Amino acid sequence: MSESVLRLVWVYPDLLSTYGDQGNALVVERRARQRGLNVARVDVRSDQPVPTSGDIYLIGGGEDRPQRLAAERLRRDGGLTRAAENGAIIFSVCAGYQILGHEFINDLGRREPGLGLLDVVSERGTGERCVGDVLADIDPRLGLPPLTGFENHQGITRLGPGAKPFARVRFGNGNGTGDGTEGAYSETVFGTYMHGPVMARNPLIADLLIKLALDVNALPPVEDTWYEALRQERIAAATQPA
Amino acid sequence: MQDASPQRGSEPLSPRAKLAVTAGKMAAAVSRTAGRGSGSVIGGKVALKLDPDLLARLATHLDVVLVSATNGKTTTTRLIAEALRANGPVVSNALGANMPAGITSALAGGSDAKYGVIEVDEKYLATVARDVRPKAIALLNLSRDQLDRAAETRMLAEKWREGLSGTDAVIIANADDPLVAWAASSCPNVLWVGAGQEWKDDAWSCPSCGGVMQRPGDDWGCPECGFRRPPTTWALSGDYVIDPHGTAWPITLQLPGRANKANATTSAAVAAVFGVAPKVALDRMQSVTAVAGRYDVVTYLGRELRLLLAKNPAGWLETFSLIDQPPAPVLLSVNALGADGTDTSWLWDVDYTRLAGHPIFVIGQRKLDLAVRLEVAGLTFRVCENVDEAVRAAPAGRIECIANYTAFQQLRRQVGG
Ligand SMILES: [Zn+2]
Repeated sequence: MSESVLRLVWVYPDLLSTYGDQGNALVVERRARQRGLNVARVDVRSDQPVPTSGDIYLIGGGEDRPQRLAAERLRRDGGLTRAAENGAIIFSVCAGYQILGHEFINDLGRREPGLGLLDVVSERGTGERCVGDVLADIDPRLGLPPLTGFENHQGITRLGPGAKPFARVRFGNGNGTGDGTEGAYSETVFGTYMHGPVMARNPLIADLLIKLALDVNALPPVEDTWYEALRQERIAAATQPA
Repeated sequence: MQDASPQRGSEPLSPRAKLAVTAGKMAAAVSRTAGRGSGSVIGGKVALKLDPDLLARLATHLDVVLVSATNGKTTTTRLIAEALRANGPVVSNALGANMPAGITSALAGGSDAKYGVIEVDEKYLATVARDVRPKAIALLNLSRDQLDRAAETRMLAEKWREGLSGTDAVIIANADDPLVAWAASSCPNVLWVGAGQEWKDDAWSCPSCGGVMQRPGDDWGCPECGFRRPPTTWALSGDYVIDPHGTAWPITLQLPGRANKANATTSAAVAAVFGVAPKVALDRMQSVTAVAGRYDVVTYLGRELRLLLAKNPAGWLETFSLIDQPPAPVLLSVNALGADGTDTSWLWDVDYTRLAGHPIFVIGQRKLDLAVRLEVAGLTFRVCENVDEAVRAAPAGRIECIANYTAFQQLRRQVGG
């Protein structure tokens, strides 16, 4: 396995890295290396072309204006869209999730087109910002344990028929639609509102992306003691909000 | 400059303002006896309710300096206050009560002062500046802090920019922070200070046009709109303050770290606006050993502990650069209570690999978040139940204790700093 190189692309850290999003890249990188994989991580700034040959792409959360700038630049660049067409794995969080959809409301209050890689449409909620610990059940087809995350957003994301809910919330808001859905996925493109960062609290999501990239069904186990302790603590916190 | 305000002292407080001050002091005293802390905020709230213009009125009797930033405002306020005492009595909110009520309360306590040196919360700077008509405003830095409040850094910069655009005050601004430079660049009278800024991850995007910033070495500029680092008149260079004449003045602070040298540089520039020479100002700053417990070295369980506050990624980065070299033991404590912000994802913006080689001990309400963070960073660490366990387990040497806001307060209470 040590001859494989996993190409991990972190999209636009200059614009979409407000909520510790580097954490997802660090966790995927770490867990791949612990399995003896070589990892080539590329951090792509928004004035650079997005490479089309990556295995896993991560795109994070950001403030309203950088989100618009990121959408403009990603549409113009086209690299992420071509990568998706090639079957790349894309995992997006919050603002990045909205950008992967058909459209969202930008900082100027206007509809901003996204990349249309996920069949979702986002708008801005009018109520209070969703802030707090979330507990949700991930779509059983993905074979993952419960999702624990921290949400911190005001977005509402509605899923079209081409997207499946990533999870169903037990505690918290998720997509903010009131229907209990959280995030979305279709084939190898994933979106979630969960921060934390989400991979730190759900390392098996990182493993899922690695498995999809390698096209294998299982990975050698790694030491998960601290992740597991954190998960238990945060799951308890979500079920007993202060 | 000290004669710039000939009206000073000639307008006595109105009966209503006097009543408000008295009521505020009474409320503060009641709050103190009830054991609710210093009472300065509640006192200020009562006083402001009785007389909403009180802050403005109290300030007409003073030459006011405002200090705002994400990091370093409490320390810089203290340094400026020490420097200006060379010229006359100073009133200051030295304990960091930095919103309008706390500021009102602090000013009400200094009836014979000549200067008011006031730390202001970033969100309130524009409002307070409008009320107190300061002579000078020091702007140090802006970076991400308390993510759950959604106080976006660029929006803060924009608030500063709009709120300060018509000010008569001299702005003393850090040219090395693009957000601060942008906020200050609409002001008519700016002294630019090259104070440095280690943290760069909140200003890769041009605050003016959104272009991608180019940052070669210590310089920065936007290739799209031409917004760039302004030329400085004051600068920090190593252990020296360089004044506008190019003269280098040695910094002999007792406070550690590059960030405090930057704070001293800004403070020297502010002091000069009020006619205090750099040498006098810097000599006076030397007397500051700890600020509200920060940097304090205490003895606890027979061990020496140095107490360091780091509230956000930029603060942690500056703190890592000042701690003792390995194998000095390091104790880390992180909480996510209301005052800290409840979103801990910022931990992942901190480069903990800088602690490689230190024996690391982890405590605090969110010790498990920190444990996962350190594990992913590939570090060796030990998670402890409390300070005592960590201190007993730590190998020889002064223990560098780094904690975020409420974790720092708890630590200080526990170890007596
Ligand atoms: Zn620009």
